[in-house]
Amino acid sequence: MNVSLLEPFRHEFMLQAFAAGGLVAAVCAVLSCYLVLRGWSLMGDAVSHAVLPGIVLAYLAGLPLGVGAFASGLLCATGTGWIKRHTRVKEDTVMGVVFTGLFALGLVLHVRTPSELHLDHILFGNLLGIEPGQLRETTILAGGVLAVVLALRRTLLLAAFDPSHTRVLGFPLRALDTLLLALLALAIVASIQAVGIVLVIAMLITPGATAFLLVRRFDAMLAVATGGAVVSTFIGIYVSFFADASTAACIVLVQALGFVAALTLSAGGRLRRRAAPPADPA
Amino acid sequence: MSLDLLLQPFSYDYMLTALWVSTLIGAVCGLLSGFITLKGWSLMGDALSHAVVPGVGLAHLAGLPLSLGAFTSGLLAAAAMSFVKLKTPVREDAVIGVVFTAFFAFGILLISLFPAQLDLKSIIFGNILAIAPGDVAQLVAISVLCVAVLALQWRDLLLFSFDPNQARTLGLPVRRLHLTLLLLLSATTVAALQAVGAILVVAMLITPGATAYLLTDRFGRMLVLGSALGAFTAFAGAYASYFLDGATGGCIVVLQTLGFLLAFVFGPKHGLLAARRARRRLCLVAPAVAP
Amino acid sequence: MTPAPDRPLTLAARGVTVTYPNGHVALTDATFALGGGTICALVGVNGSGKSTLFKALMGFVVPSAGAVTISDEPVRTAQRRGWVAYVPQAEEVDWTFPVNVHDVVMMGRYGYMNFLRIPRAADRDAVADALRRVGLWDLRDRQIGELSGGQKKRVFVARALAQQGRVILLDEPFTGVDVKTEEAIVALLRELRAEGRLILVSTHNLGSVPEFCDQVVLINRTVLACGPTSEVFTADNLQRAFGGALRHFDLSRSTVEEHDGRQVTVLTDDERPLVLGQGGHLEYRDRSAHEKLVADREAGKT
Ligand SMILES: Nc1ncnc2c1ncn2[C@@H]1O[C@H](COP(=O)(O)OP(=O)(O)O)[C@@H](O)[C@H]1O
Ligand SMILES: [Mg+2]
Repeated sequence: MNVSLLEPFRHEFMLQAFAAGGLVAAVCAVLSCYLVLRGWSLMGDAVSHAVLPGIVLAYLAGLPLGVGAFASGLLCATGTGWIKRHTRVKEDTVMGVVFTGLFALGLVLHVRTPSELHLDHILFGNLLGIEPGQLRETTILAGGVLAVVLALRRTLLLAAFDPSHTRVLGFPLRALDTLLLALLALAIVASIQAVGIVLVIAMLITPGATAFLLVRRFDAMLAVATGGAVVSTFIGIYVSFFADASTAACIVLVQALGFVAALTLSAGGRLRRRAAPPADPA
Repeated sequence: MSLDLLLQPFSYDYMLTALWVSTLIGAVCGLLSGFITLKGWSLMGDALSHAVVPGVGLAHLAGLPLSLGAFTSGLLAAAAMSFVKLKTPVREDAVIGVVFTAFFAFGILLISLFPAQLDLKSIIFGNILAIAPGDVAQLVAISVLCVAVLALQWRDLLLFSFDPNQARTLGLPVRRLHLTLLLLLSATTVAALQAVGAILVVAMLITPGATAYLLTDRFGRMLVLGSALGAFTAFAGAYASYFLDGATGGCIVVLQTLGFLLAFVFGPKHGLLAARRARRRLCLVAPAVAP
Repeated sequence: MTPAPDRPLTLAARGVTVTYPNGHVALTDATFALGGGTICALVGVNGSGKSTLFKALMGFVVPSAGAVTISDEPVRTAQRRGWVAYVPQAEEVDWTFPVNVHDVVMMGRYGYMNFLRIPRAADRDAVADALRRVGLWDLRDRQIGELSGGQKKRVFVARALAQQGRVILLDEPFTGVDVKTEEAIVALLRELRAEGRLILVSTHNLGSVPEFCDQVVLINRTVLACGPTSEVFTADNLQRAFGGALRHFDLSRSTVEEHDGRQVTVLTDDERPLVLGQGGHLEYRDRSAHEKLVADREAGKT
């Protein structure tokens, strides 16, 4: 073994990967707390798949890929909501229909476009090959989303916890939901380079679920999720350097191991077992 | 386009195989999709289709039948989900998400570790145009089995989906029905994997059912309709993909989604326009009741 | 062992304790016994374990202690014989499911059909009978979501009829149902009682209990009291079962009485109030079923 354990830190590209990966992990982790509590875990899945046609079309039109991705991701989220409101089909089914439809459209469009648009990189990311320009883009996007979410974290929490109460208080619930979805779409756009649209789903669910097992207060949940996700991401990138394996897959697997650890730590969920709620009058 | 060009796909053996195998898979998935959508298992379908990937990879590396590996890994994932769900207060959808992404990531890890042996593209996007004869035999066996089980048990599964409590009070083996449905789901997932790939399998397993659900109020009719829609779109998609240099899965699913949108807008009773017409009629008759 | 088909069944719970997987003990040491030909109310606040007790009676949860028997048979045997029928709470049903009224009622017959569940003439007749009895025959082709609240309820009562269940469990059948429908269902339940069936109705709607229930089981995480309505349904017992959750309007301390003596008007919205007379006498709206009781009472007074 002639590669030193510090080897990864000697490469410029690895340092960039650590920076981009950590940022993306933090943004996704913060959002995952809201998604897990709101019951929108599938939403991350759907929006991330749905960005594909937008990317291809943006490429064809010569627009920035991020713009196309954002537009089609948001189209999926709002389209799902709209169809749901006008039909009796269950929400999760509608979402499945819409996002697979958009993803399939993206695939067909991609086949029809003779391009150097690497499908592999869109799907699974290319963190170790990130370029300075892309790093800057990721930083701006991820930093912006992070700032907005943290600034609005209490309002967003209210909307996630008790939607009807939010409306009663006079907050524009629909607008808040749309904002959360837009932030989600932006976070996914920022993550494409790092982990790709297929595995970003994990980063949008696992940290929140892990933190939920460990702590009871929402602010603590945000902190634990973010900290855990960033550390897992560093470990994942580090491991993938030596294993010469898919970086995204390594990150996700380390996060999953974190979930298993939390599961064991919380002693079969007994830590969080709620006291019996008082019987409420009829 | 001349007629010759349109008939060209039928002159290749591989296309003929792809066409009839896709049609078969489409029909079987469409049949099952009625149960999946009504049981509220759409996310489960998505999850299982991702979770089978490591099984496919390992089976390939070990030289075992792909179906066996996929099936095992799908069931392992389902078991892991029910275990975690039992042990934690985390919401079900999040649990499913955590488990299936972990399985899928493991599959991707395997593929990235053995790029020479495992073809990422064919696992993720399917490759029905180059399907091996052995795989065709497996698919036919799976399809026949699924159709047979559904034909014999559909009424029990209907009751189980609609009102599991009633099924239990009648002494039906509810746990066995649950397992049956899960096994059917895994089996069809394995079959559909070959046609459309891991990411789009879920469409085959829900879109025809959701479309049929918009077109009829009877469960039996919904099953038949879903199956017919699945078969037709799979056939047409495979046919179209001949002219699109591949992307069979993409073509099939785009067609299925179009079908859904058509039913959503033009459905005779539950469609958007029908609902709008009904509302307008209501307004004319009794303006006071109008929203 | 099997009681003759026409003999009423008995239902007994002995020391039933139910613990949910998350460790919550919803029911402790619940004991009561009922004989057939009765309408029994299962009364308790929300969260007192009514649905849990039903689940135990239907064998959905296995008690961590104690046992339920139906005519001395374990629940599983009773299930296999189709003895137990269940009318679910409205929220438990997916009303958009693509099945019509006839389909749902036919599901009650599954226990009598062969492996393929293909209905025979006897099954069709039973379903038609049940539908006619609840007055839904003309609506048999409607999708179940296209019914009114009361009609929806009656579909599931019809299913219990078609099943020829001899122990019928109704979970909160009167929630969200108008007075007319409630009366129709009550009339139907009375007929079923007359046929010797054992009917258990969970409710937190106190007012209608004395009206049609001849027995009451009071629960609050255990069985507090059980027996004939006139004995169990007392202000004391209810106070114990409901604790502070019961709104208490004591007429004797109200200014109303000072104004007009005995003449009192009580108006409520959807749920009937329970009005207790002096010494805990129950107020009946429909006196026909209680004429003797009322007569006795009047005789005792004078
Ligand atoms: N599946 C379950 N898992 C854990 N606790 C439950 C479950 N179902 C009910 N409970 C709890 O058991 C208690 C009794 O509930 P339930 O029987 O539904 O009451 P009721 O029907 O009288 O309103 C409640 O405190 C409730 O929170
Ligand atoms: Mg209840």
